[in-house]
Order: sequence, then C-alpha cells, then structure tokens
Amino acid sequence: MTRIGLEIHCQLTKLASKLFCSCKAEYRNTTPNSNICPVCVGIPGSLPLLNKKAVEKAAMISLALGCTIPEKIGFFRKNYFYPDLPKNFQITQYNAYGPTSIGSDGKIEIEGKTIRIRRIQLEEDPGRLVYEGTSEKTMITLVDYNRAGTPLVEIVTEPDFETPKQVRVFLNVLADLVENIGVADPYLEGAMRVDGNISEGDGNRVEIKNVGSFRDVEKALHFEITRQQSLVERGITVLAETRHWDEARRITVSSRSKEDEQDYRYLPEADIPIVLIGNNSVEQIKTQMPESIVARRERYIKKYGMPAQVADVLSSDRFYSDLFDKSHNEKNAKEVSNIITTDLMGVADTREKKLELKITPKHVSELADAIMENKLTRNSGKSALHEMVKSGKSLADVMTSLDLGHVSDAGSIEKIIDEVFKEEEKAVAEAKQNPDTINYLVGKVMRKTKGKADPTTTLEILRKKLAG
Amino acid sequence: MNLGISATEFVSQVREGAISVEEFVAKTLERIEKVDGKIHAFITVDSQNALEKAKAIDKKIKSKEKTGICFGMPVSIKDNICTAGLKTTCASKMLENFVAPYDATVTSRLKSEDAIIIGKVNLDEFAMGSTTEHSNFGPTRNPWNTDYVPGGSSGGSGASVAALECLASLGSDTGGSVRSPASFCSVVGLKPTYGMISRYGLVSYANSIEQIGPIAKTVEDVAFLLNIISGHDVHDNTTAKNQNIDYVKDLKSGISGKKIGIISQMTGDGVDKEVASATNTAISKLQDLGAQCVSISLDAVEHSIAAYYTIAAAEASSNLSRYDNLRYGFDFGTEGYEFKAFISKARSNFGPEVIRRMLLGAFVLSAGYYGKYYLKAQKVRAMIKAQLDEAFKKVDYLISPTMPILPFKVGEKIDDPLKLYLTDINTVTANLSGIPAISVPFAMSSSGLPIGIQLFADSFKEKELLQAAYSLQETTNLPEMTL
Repeated sequence: MTRIGLEIHCQLTKLASKLFCSCKAEYRNTTPNSNICPVCVGIPGSLPLLNKKAVEKAAMISLALGCTIPEKIGFFRKNYFYPDLPKNFQITQYNAYGPTSIGSDGKIEIEGKTIRIRRIQLEEDPGRLVYEGTSEKTMITLVDYNRAGTPLVEIVTEPDFETPKQVRVFLNVLADLVENIGVADPYLEGAMRVDGNISEGDGNRVEIKNVGSFRDVEKALHFEITRQQSLVERGITVLAETRHWDEARRITVSSRSKEDEQDYRYLPEADIPIVLIGNNSVEQIKTQMPESIVARRERYIKKYGMPAQVADVLSSDRFYSDLFDKSHNEKNAKEVSNIITTDLMGVADTREKKLELKITPKHVSELADAIMENKLTRNSGKSALHEMVKSGKSLADVMTSLDLGHVSDAGSIEKIIDEVFKEEEKAVAEAKQNPDTINYLVGKVMRKTKGKADPTTTLEILRKKLAG
Repeated sequence: MNLGISATEFVSQVREGAISVEEFVAKTLERIEKVDGKIHAFITVDSQNALEKAKAIDKKIKSKEKTGICFGMPVSIKDNICTAGLKTTCASKMLENFVAPYDATVTSRLKSEDAIIIGKVNLDEFAMGSTTEHSNFGPTRNPWNTDYVPGGSSGGSGASVAALECLASLGSDTGGSVRSPASFCSVVGLKPTYGMISRYGLVSYANSIEQIGPIAKTVEDVAFLLNIISGHDVHDNTTAKNQNIDYVKDLKSGISGKKIGIISQMTGDGVDKEVASATNTAISKLQDLGAQCVSISLDAVEHSIAAYYTIAAAEASSNLSRYDNLRYGFDFGTEGYEFKAFISKARSNFGPEVIRRMLLGAFVLSAGYYGKYYLKAQKVRAMIKAQLDEAFKKVDYLISPTMPILPFKVGEKIDDPLKLYLTDINTVTANLSGIPAISVPFAMSSSGLPIGIQLFADSFKEKELLQAAYSLQETTNLPEMTL
C-alpha cells in the first residue's frame, strides 16, 4: 500500500507586514534587498516583534482544518547554517516538548476520506537564493532577503493519502480554503509549496522537495511511486532519503545532501514571550472567520435551489462567490449564478484574469434582470458580458454600442423572414416537406438580426408562413 | 575642576551655572587621554562629537531652551550596545568594523535627555567572561591597582566610571557582568529585573537572562539613570508594561523595620576572609539602621553555576551563529571558498572563550542531550525562582557579597575557565530568576582592593532595592580615586 504525507508551506500573503518586523509581507516585484530592515536581516541587537495578526490568521487556518488551538503558543529557533537565513536560525514552532504550535490534531474530509492534520505551525520564510545558471553549475549565488521573515504556516498531514489524485484534490481544497479565509493568495508564485513523504508497504520513507506547482506534485508523486514499486518488485530496498523534483526531466533525483542527518538544535525563542490564546480568543477568532466553503455551499442549495454542481463551483471560489453574494437578489439569484458559472468563469479562470475584470456586481445584476425580462437574448447577453468585462461600460451603453436590443415585435421579424424566404427558396421548399429542417431558417433569421430576434416569436411566424 | 563629582552633582552644578558642560567634557577627554593608556577602558572615544554636543548644550542652557535632564553628562557605553554612527565591536574580531545603522533604545533615551556618549568601552568578547581579559583589543585593568582585573564582562564600564573617565556607564549583565566590575572597581552597579529595560540594540549573548544595567559612582546616580532608560519599549516584546515609577523620589526612606535574608550558600565556605568579614560588618550596619537580618537557605543555588553555563552557552550558540561574515564583519580574501568553508574560515576568528561556550551550547542542545542538560538546567532555574518566591514571602531583601573573592591579577586565572566560572556563584542567581540585584561598594581590603556588597529584591521592586542600597552606601566612607 502506498502512503503519502504532505508538508505544505503556505505564505500569509494577505498580511500587511512580515512576521517579526514591519517590512511588507508581499515582497514580489521589489528590487532585491530593498524590502528589508535590521530585524529581518538579523543585524546585531535587533529583536523580533511578533505580528499578532499573523497569529490570528494562522489560528483561522487551524480552526478551518479542525485543529485544536492550545492555551499558549510559543516559538522555537531551528538552528542551521544557510546563506538565505540571515540569523542562521529560523524562528518557527516545535511540538516535541508539548504542543505549543498554533494548531494540532485536525482533520478534513476529502471525497469521503479523512485526512488527519498532525500540526500547523507559524514560521518565517528565509530569503531567496538566485543562481546564475543552474544550481549545480553556478559559480555565482546571489541572495535576496526581501522574502526573509515573510509569515507562513507549515501544515503537516499524517500519511493518510493513498493516491496522487487524493493529494491533488486535497491541495485544491486547501488552496480554496486559505483563499476563502482571506489570508493568502495560493496562486501567487511560491506562495504555496509542497513537500511529500512517500513509502510503499513497510518500506523506507522518501521525502520529495522542490516541487513548483500542484500539477507537478501529482506528477512527482506518480513518478516516485512507480520508482519505488519497481525497486520493490526487483527486491531492492528503497533508501530513506530526500529527493528533488527535476522539473525539466520530470523525474525525482536523489539530493545527495546530508539534510536527513541535520541536528537543528531546537531552542525556545526567548525574545518572543509565550502568547496566551485561551478559549475566549478562540471564540472571538471564530466570530471573525468568514463563512466556510461548506456552509456557503449549503446556503446556495437550500436558499436558491442551486444544483449541487453549480453550488460547488461557486462556493469554492472566493472571488466569484463574493461577486454572487453582492450582485444577486431574491428574484434573479438563479440567473446570476448561471451568468457567473457558465459565462464569466470561462472568461476569467486565473488570478491575473480575475484581477483584470472590470465587471461590477451592478453589471451582473442588471444583465440578469435584462435576460429575465426578455430585453436580451441569452446569446446577446453573453456578448454584452464580454464587452462589460473588457470596458467596464454600463449595460445600457453596451447594448447601444453593440446594437443588442431584443427584436420581438412580429412586424419587424416578419419582414426579415420575407427576406430570408426570397434568398433561401430551396431551403423553404425543403422545410415545407420536412418540418425538422426549420432550424436552418431560424439560424438565418438570427444571423440577419445578429441574434437579437426573439426565438419563440421567430419560430411561430416561420411555422405560420410555411403552413400557409 | 573636580571630575570626581557624582552624575547627580554634575547636573545640579551645571543647572546652577557653576560649571560649563564644554569645560567638563574637555577635562574628561583630557583625563581619558592621560589615564586610559594604563587602564584601557575605551575601545572608541568620540572626542569631536562630544565637544560639539557639549557646546550645543551650553548654548541651549544659556538661551534658556528646554534641556534634557542629563545636561550634557558624559557617559560611556559598553561596546555591545548599539550606537548609530559609532562602532559596536563587542570586543570581537568578528565585528571589528561593525557600525550599527540604529541606536539601541537605551542609547536613544540617553541622547534625548542630552547625555553625551563620550565613547564605547571594553568588555570580554560578546560579554563572555568575568575579567575583561577576553577582549580582542586587549584587557582592561583595575584603576585601583592596574596589575589587577577590573571584573567583567562590563570591565570597561566599571573602570571608566571608577577612573573618572566619565560620570556613568551602561553595561550589560548576563551572569553578573554589571555587578562584578562594580564590585571590583568600587562603583555601584544594578542588574534590573528582566523585562524592565529594553534590550533592543543590545547584542544578544544569552537573551533569556540578560539585562542592560547602569554603573555609576552613587546609588542616586543609578536611580537617576534608571528613570531614563527603564520602561516599556515597542521594539522589545519582553519589556514589561506600566512601569511609571520615579526611582529617585523617596530614595532616602531608610530600611528601618525591613527584613533582610542572609543567603547561607553565598556567605559560607569559599568566601575570602576579608570579603566575609566586610559582609558581616555590612549586615551589622544595616541592623543598626533598624533592619532585621535572618539567615536563609536557598539550596538550589548550589546548582546555579551549572544551570547558568548550560543555558547561557545554549543561547550563545544560537545567538552568535549569525556571525558568518556574509552581511557584515571583517575583510578576508573570500576567493575560492565554497559556502561551508567560507563560514568556518570566518568563524575561526572568534576568541577561544566564545568558541568554548558556543561548542558547549551546541552540545547541550544536540539531539539526545537536550533533556539531559538544557531541560535539566531549566528545571534548576524554576527551582531557584520557586525558592526565591518563598524567601520573599518572609523577607524584603537578600544579601551576600557580590564577589566571593577579592580582585585578582591579570593573567592569574585566565587559563582555568572552570575556576573563573565559579567566581560567578553569587551573581548568576539574579539572572536565572530575573530578580533585580545591586552591588554597592562597601570596603577596601588590607591590600587596597575594593569589596562590594550585593542586595537582592523581588521582581520589579527596584525602588525598594535602591532605598536599601542607599542606606548601605550612607554607612560607608571610601577612599577617593588617586590614579
């Protein structure tokens, strides 16, 4: 049996500042070594100052994953020498001498399977090494400390996964969850990093590091499982080691480092006093937490009668569910959810695209109303939506500029049908014989009216004319 | 002009217009020029800036502008406390060129009250030692007899005050580093309660037990400095809130009716005869003032040295790991080194005592030994605290000699680290438990070497502690510095 456990590093990118100083938590797109101060580069005499907001947000993640939050939390130093680590120790949390990390013993259901969470710890990210060329062949290594001190939570699961697919589903759920809480944008480069531990049967555990994306996690796990199974089949013992995912060759490679032998000499961090959390604070944090994805899904199904699939898709995406909650009313909820899940999500499926959307809740609401009131065909609605997304113009403006008004008066449609009859004599004759081919004529009318003709009226008049 | 006046006297004389700041600072600089070659208290002297500041303060006083309460008082600062623009070397090769980009909180608080930072003073490298012999820049000598050590690690602070090279100094006390030189140099030194003074800008050695502390000629001066440098600091999460106490006010309240516990483990075997006899005299003088003295046993103290060196070394091994010469440090040809070789080459420039403690610390924290040593040391620490809590239910103060022995000669004990460690037996208890302790100069030995008496009080009872120290000080009649 394959057993897979995960360690997920998730940066709290939505916080304003780093974990122990007031430098920005969002270090991306800054000049190297400009987002730093004496604290985050460990200048002698500087002291870490705990960001209380980070503790709150980490507590929210812990609660969302069903973890227990202890009365008191504490910080430890993990000592090792590495150039990206300015103090040569990382401030983190450690449970070997009693549970003092922000969360422990949680669980989450994934497709009917329970995944146990061993612990969640709050810690600082190191800086970044930038190699000239590849890391193996480089002669020059540069250090950028802009990231040093960025708050992150490390989530450690028990080895409860059996397949790479379960892992992928879990990671997607986890990403949605932290995004929903509003603590992190998991789709930013490097914001969510995953290490996996894999073993076959009673075999040794192999750790896989350096996996860049969720998709690669699944691939790396597949590769590693196959590698271990083929070793076992040939009676070769799987070595306990750390392997790195080689993105270019799509294989895992033994890292040959002595990481497994490292002794981190953990030591309590005395510069940060023990933080009392207690039941009251936990209750307070609970009240500040946004509605969970599960609760939201239930609400959508119960209150609006949304099909489960639509409710699933909508509730797990914070951006679109917020848009839904702000744009719908009692009457148009179903239409709004349709517009969002069938049209809008297709237009903007990535973070970058979502950020570019110029659409507001008002746009969506008006669009839904217009469709329901028969002022727009669904087809024209789609065109209007595309235009509003790009330009941010009002629905009325878009309808005028694209000439999308609904043609429903029988007179105008009849005129157009007469034109079509002249042009399509053969098709008309055929339709008289075989009523099934009538759609061809409907299509012609639609093309002439750019989709504005009311389909029901068009069909009625067509039938009458063909019969007469 | 008398450079032997106290800091408090200096303030009142400047206020009255009896002396000018510029003249006093100039005379002080002359004095440093004249005697520091023999004592070597200073690593850096900031003459030009000191004179300019002095002139500016004189001008402020003349034009009746608001002036800070230090009125240009020249102070020295231990070279492990950051001063923007002045080197902070920690007496180490590793930081010989390090200039902090910011002021420690204590530095900025002194500056904002118009104290003049006249220079940075010597210490055992990274404050590890009790003689100031372990400095990369050479030892500091005792102004009362330059063949002798000044105590340590804040030996430069103690010696510079005793030798009249400044009016006051800031040291740091991890295991007695303020009180030891205060005792050996016949000046007053206070180790405040942990959390009373910001450590922001103090280069960490053992961060869970150390505090910055003032060293000055009198108890009044120490109270005056404490008013300025103590209090909550947003830059240090370990500082206590709500400390709005005036330590100068009611200083002369006396100790009549107070109870003092004589710590039997610090006054018995192993204490030098002359030191023991001075301690007995101090006790009877306090009794004469109306205090009630009783013997008290704190048996956990017997394990205090072992616990102290375990905890301090463990923290040191972590605190000092940042000195890898990557971001600051000293120059050496880096060409051709791979990362690990580079780090070990750079770190081989620590002095032997620092290396000894880092190795010891790395060992006690390593897998399999943490519980055996580090956790056990923490248990001793908790035991000491519990025994002190019990003791302070019965008494207001505790008393002992600050150092169990008289100052010894430079070079005499440096080759026997264990013997040196044992001289900290009376001071480490205050650090392990966090309580405040003060060393008050009390007597001179027959050979003319200073003897200090140590008083302890419960956490955050500095006001009461200073009252007792003042009472004890008033019973003494000590010689003037003749160097």
